[in-house]
Amino acid sequence: MFYRETGQFKSSYAADMQIFPIRQDRIALWVVLALAFIGIPLLNAFHIWPFGSEYMLRAILIPFLILSLAAIGLNILTGYCGQLSLGSGAFMAIGAYSAYKFATGVHLPFGLFDLSIPPLPMLPSILLGALMSAVVGILFGIPSLRIKGLYLAVATLAAQFFFDWVFIRVKWFTNYNSSGSVSAPDLNFFGFVVNAPIERYLLCLVFVAIFALLAKNLVRGNIGRQWMATRDMDIAAELMGIRPLYAKLSAFAISSFIMGVAGALWAFVYLGAWEPLAFSIDRSFQILFMVIIGGLGSILGSFLGAAFILVLPILLDQVPHALGVPISVETVSLLVFIITGALICWLLIVEPRGFARLWLTGKEKLRLWPYPY
Amino acid sequence: MIAFGQFLEVLVSGLLAGVLYSLVALGFVLIFKASGVFNFAQGAMVLLAGLALVRSLDFMVGKGLPFWAAIVIALLFAAVVMAITAWMVERFVLGPLINQDGLTLFMSTIGVTFMIEGGAQMLFGSDVYPLRLFPSDAWFLFESSFPGGILVSKIDVWGGMIAAVLVVGLALFFQKTKTGRALRAVADDHAAAQSVGISLNWIWFIVWLVAGLVALVAATVWGTKLGVQFSITFLALKALPVLIIGGFTSVPGAIVGGLIVGAGEKLAEAYLGPFIGGGIEYWFAYVLALAVLMARPQGLFGERIIERI
Repeated sequence: MFYRETGQFKSSYAADMQIFPIRQDRIALWVVLALAFIGIPLLNAFHIWPFGSEYMLRAILIPFLILSLAAIGLNILTGYCGQLSLGSGAFMAIGAYSAYKFATGVHLPFGLFDLSIPPLPMLPSILLGALMSAVVGILFGIPSLRIKGLYLAVATLAAQFFFDWVFIRVKWFTNYNSSGSVSAPDLNFFGFVVNAPIERYLLCLVFVAIFALLAKNLVRGNIGRQWMATRDMDIAAELMGIRPLYAKLSAFAISSFIMGVAGALWAFVYLGAWEPLAFSIDRSFQILFMVIIGGLGSILGSFLGAAFILVLPILLDQVPHALGVPISVETVSLLVFIITGALICWLLIVEPRGFARLWLTGKEKLRLWPYPY
Repeated sequence: MIAFGQFLEVLVSGLLAGVLYSLVALGFVLIFKASGVFNFAQGAMVLLAGLALVRSLDFMVGKGLPFWAAIVIALLFAAVVMAITAWMVERFVLGPLINQDGLTLFMSTIGVTFMIEGGAQMLFGSDVYPLRLFPSDAWFLFESSFPGGILVSKIDVWGGMIAAVLVVGLALFFQKTKTGRALRAVADDHAAAQSVGISLNWIWFIVWLVAGLVALVAATVWGTKLGVQFSITFLALKALPVLIIGGFTSVPGAIVGGLIVGAGEKLAEAYLGPFIGGGIEYWFAYVLALAVLMARPQGLFGERIIERI
């Protein structure tokens, strides 16, 4: 009744091709953005439940935003271009450690040409770190020209384990810190130091909004269609004149770039101080789960999946406390394992295409509601 | 002569460790062959089998049963646990997911992994449980030819023998029995197999059961080596490069892949490790697998991938 496109006429090509062609969608988007950019900071400023507490921002909203960004990155590669990757953690780690190196100054003692870069400001560091991640992504994407599917997944696992090892063993990356852990430099953006949780939240929000818009537009355009053609049937796409080299490697590059940004944010903004373990194989799986549960080939799905995978264990953790059931911490964590696994299986059985598809179905229903047809 | 002795020792221990990787990889191959499902839960199944085995064994030894009787009963108990798991996985997860694409099935096995890991530790406890089925000391061979001889750990040799028996048994099962032939038929073509009266659900149960029993065998060996503990599930990740090198669909491939990975990894650690920092065991197998993939995308023994439009 309220959600239908009747009467919304398009009089120009641009109007027809806009991201959200239905007015209600646009309104909804603006409402969500307004809530995220203005509403939550206001609620936080006046300490109104549930956004008044620091816990909400620190433990839920900030990781949610950053992991959504990582999920968008993986979704470009796996959801849009069809290249299964289990190396997301590695690409995030590369983004984080490179950004750290750029932010604290790079010094490469190569004898003949002694490369030294002075410490860079925060924003260029993050972007350059992400660029390094993109370069490595292209390198590890090269096998995708020859192999696909699960075989490729194992190839990306090689990236994961190799970089786990590199960041543990090569002390250069951690600035020879004896404990192997790294603490982030000040988050100084153009003279403004981001510190309070709400500022950190807004910083992540800005990054996520920009990259989500970028990703949405990329997948709508020429390159996105090349990715999707490659995903649907790579040989047919090649016969139609799509260069697989270009399509696949660009997907690897852009996906790892976004994951690199997410990694840098995860390390600098969320963790503050981190060890290589923060980007282990578990992280890769977590992000893959988000993408698949949320919906392959959907930007919205990345957010939904991230929310589900992140919030579910937290909720499950709280439920016994709330009900007053005395269960040991260990039992709870095992229960979380079991229930997460069961829910994943259940979701895959009910809707293998993830939350994004449920959302679409819901929208179709809404168009008719409350009439049967 | 010392150098050669050392080389031989590293090589032998690598090959034997490789056989143990193959034990885990075999479970993957079985399920992939028969159902096209890449079973990520194999490592968790090893954990479950090991926990069921060691806990029931400890329980019965505590009750005063003689050791051999306790072992037999514990093995039976663990086998029953694996059968129940196989039935539940087939009934509640894979059955409803028939005809979904490979990625969905792969994801669902990751969900199964979580459930098995959580459930196994909840039922049987989550400590490190030592298992003593095989002697864990070592032999010193060729002491006359090399100073100090070659150190060979007995448990690795036991593992090798068990793997050999297992492979022969599996080969016979696949070639000679009616169920084994039905499994191969299903692997070839689901629809065609169904049309000649093979029940898919039954076959999938059987194949998960066999994979569960292979996991049990792997658990006896790995449990004796490392103790039954959560980290045993990471074996699944170790077995992946083995699969890649050998090919997803080949039983001999799993063995040969395991040997290559085991020997390569140990040799690299011993001879390359000092130059680029230790711990390259951690990723060497994957890089090796990557190299193999670049040359032969289907693995050394895999069936050729033919693509049609």
